Amino acid sequence: MDAPATAIALQYWLKKMGYPRLIIAGFLLFLFIMAPITGSDLPTQITNVINRFSWNAVLVLAMVPMIHSGCGLNFGIPLGVLAGLLGGTLAIEMGFTGTMSFLMAIVVSTPFAILFGGGYGILLNKIKGGEMMVATYVGLSSVSFMCIMWLLIPYKNPSIVMAYTGVGLRNMFALDSFYAKVLSNFAQIDLNPLGINLVIPTGSLLFFALLALLMWAFLHTKTGTAMTAVGSNPTFARASGIDVDRIRMLSVILSTWLGAVGVLVYQQGFGFVQLYTAPMNMTMPAVAAILLGGASVNKASIPNVIIGTLLFQGLVTMTPTVITALIHTDVSEVIRIIVSNGMVVYALTRKTEESA
Amino acid sequence: MRSIKKDFFGNQVLTDINFTLGAGEVLGLCGENGAGKSTLMKILFGMDVIRETGGYEGEILINGEKAVFNTPFDALKAGIGMVHQEFSLIPGFTATENILLNREPQKRNVVSQIFGERLNTLDYKEMDRRSEEAIKKMGVEIDAKMVISSMPVGHKQFTEIARELSKDRLKLLILDEPTAVLTEKEADALLASIRGMSAQGISVIFITHRLHEILAVCDKVVVMRDGQVVRDVPAQETSVDDITRWMVGRDVQSGSAAVEAKAEQPDAKTIMSIKNLWVDMPGETVRDVSLDIRDGEILGIGGLAGQGKLGIPNGVMGLYQAGGTVVFNGQEIPLNNPRRCLDSSLAFVSEDRREVGLLLDETLEWNVAFPAMQIQNKFLKKLLGGAVKWRDEKAIHAVTQKYIDQLQIKCTSSKQNARELSGGNQQKVCLAKAFALEPKFLFVSEPTRGIDVGAKALVLDALKQFNRESGVTVVMISSELEELRQTCDRIAIISGGQVAGILPAAASSEEFGLLMVSKVI
Repeated sequence: MDAPATAIALQYWLKKMGYPRLIIAGFLLFLFIMAPITGSDLPTQITNVINRFSWNAVLVLAMVPMIHSGCGLNFGIPLGVLAGLLGGTLAIEMGFTGTMSFLMAIVVSTPFAILFGGGYGILLNKIKGGEMMVATYVGLSSVSFMCIMWLLIPYKNPSIVMAYTGVGLRNMFALDSFYAKVLSNFAQIDLNPLGINLVIPTGSLLFFALLALLMWAFLHTKTGTAMTAVGSNPTFARASGIDVDRIRMLSVILSTWLGAVGVLVYQQGFGFVQLYTAPMNMTMPAVAAILLGGASVNKASIPNVIIGTLLFQGLVTMTPTVITALIHTDVSEVIRIIVSNGMVVYALTRKTEESA
Repeated sequence: MRSIKKDFFGNQVLTDINFTLGAGEVLGLCGENGAGKSTLMKILFGMDVIRETGGYEGEILINGEKAVFNTPFDALKAGIGMVHQEFSLIPGFTATENILLNREPQKRNVVSQIFGERLNTLDYKEMDRRSEEAIKKMGVEIDAKMVISSMPVGHKQFTEIARELSKDRLKLLILDEPTAVLTEKEADALLASIRGMSAQGISVIFITHRLHEILAVCDKVVVMRDGQVVRDVPAQETSVDDITRWMVGRDVQSGSAAVEAKAEQPDAKTIMSIKNLWVDMPGETVRDVSLDIRDGEILGIGGLAGQGKLGIPNGVMGLYQAGGTVVFNGQEIPLNNPRRCLDSSLAFVSEDRREVGLLLDETLEWNVAFPAMQIQNKFLKKLLGGAVKWRDEKAIHAVTQKYIDQLQIKCTSSKQNARELSGGNQQKVCLAKAFALEPKFLFVSEPTRGIDVGAKALVLDALKQFNRESGVTVVMISSELEELRQTCDRIAIISGGQVAGILPAAASSEEFGLLMVSKVI
């Protein structure tokens, strides 16, 4: 039976795009069309989506190095997030404010990211093949451990410690006098004076673009090439004289550091720091976003990051307003959970298909 | 079996096989690797691969009736049992449980009265009795209650056989190299039990590389070569020498040695000297190899499967745990360190294309250029005063295209993924990868495994050309003696993890054959 050429081309395109991506993209398009009909303002919606994208993109980018080196999806991203939180809180504790506090937060979190990433890397090198499961538990246990530490580390700055006792950090605190919006407000494009509710956080987008460019460039260097080869076939890499463990370790450290920077970017956009169990909620959205972008368990690219984050965050931002207006129930959280966990399950089953 | 024919995608592997086996007879089947023994047995056992690759021609008669086996289950029903080379046992179960798996005698109980037979309880007493009986048939002592994972290999092998024996209707038992993993004592016990089985009227087809075992136990010997039965004789009328000659000597008369073989140059300097090498490579253990390789020659390393010939390059190149000394070009090369070998201009084309040789999910460009890039900093542009080593896509493309043309690699473009190529073309990519390193010394392991005749000639020619034109010393490891004789200057035969001897390519097949089995353990 000969199918017409167009049908074959369509099938090929469908397969290349991946059904989940098409379904989500279609749903998102539907939301955008429905937005004006349900009475919400489209430019506001677009602003929201771009905003959410700028908060989250770096965290999704943090998935890339570990996927490339074959360590799988970084379910241990909370470790990087914790390094970022340590950096942020310590920078504030040291008395930095404004833009300086953001720069110092990155500087201070870097040694923590290297330290945590290094230990995490050693662990992952010992359990090759079971990375993702162990990573999940590394994330969970490190977050629990830091829950204790947030109370024990003698922070003194009154704007971040618990109000009554003065001991231990608050569950959540505002960053208004520190690094809230330092990136977003840089060269911000605000169309409100023209009567359009569209605000583009140029600085955040540029910052992400810079990191993405660096990542892209890194993957084109000798070491970056070695990293991709290690992920593609570790035995081949070893036979080609590559120190597989070292490359994997490097990828884990990179991932962890990007996680730290990612959470700081998230906080500056969001305007608040969330401590204690909050880092756990960072994992699934990031993992789901990169998978939605078309990455697999051992292949990921920068376009995967951008497309995935846009789709996922678009979905999360659009559903509350549009769907709530339609059916008068808030289902955004439900959809977020279904999509993020569903994507992960989908990707994992696809992996076993390939290896079989 | 009558005029059995089988081809894999037009590649004829079996032609016109005929033999008969009487009840209670023991038939020894031998032949070189790739002679078609396993394929023949797969046909007989109705394995899926046969049907998936287009079935076979000819017919199998059992007790005078034509039998068609579409699945192994059909074969089992007809009373054929097979013991494979690899164990298929459940490690955490006892011998009894393994022997009777899925054929357990059952007792009805309350629950199964309601929910059906699947919930019957197992009748352990009856199970013990039946497994004891099966073990007794072999005439060996095994603890039926022992868990498989704590058994020595020999007992595992016996458990496998007992499983087949416990089947009530067993008429024909196929044993595929059952003694390969056994110690001498265990092998003797196995041979004794084979005799015992045949005395009870069970026919046995016994495949082995240990020829003296065949003579000791078989009634009849069938020798296969290149997919044909070359000899079918009673065991009493033959000897180990005869069998080896039949196995390898396809051209005993013509003695086709390499036409352009270089004259022996005993005074050529030694480029690599291997002393007391041992390599712990599963299934290819090297025990004690000492070998001198001369500058500019093509040295062949041959031998039967599992005798350790593959372990040598893998050990020297640091892919498996190894010990001993390797001196290359006057310098000692540290073992267990692939990087140091590659740095000293050694290169290796692995026998395991898919696992070790290729990045299946990357482009041909990556495959060809990667090692040279990582080891010799080729195909890199230095940016920012050398701080950044940028991949030079143009140079990579150029070199890949060069080898695609030179080796006639069939592909849609140099950007195609390696996975999509056929075996022969993948092998050429592996060679291109090694050539791109411009090594002084090249190990090539099983370069023609699984590729068709045309590609084979091209690969061998490319190797020869590489050797003659660039003066690169090549060590080629292959299971196919004929191929070694056509390509190499000298051939070392490995047997039992040791060098059994080194012969010029022009030596007779009998000499090679004798060396191959001389130290088999």
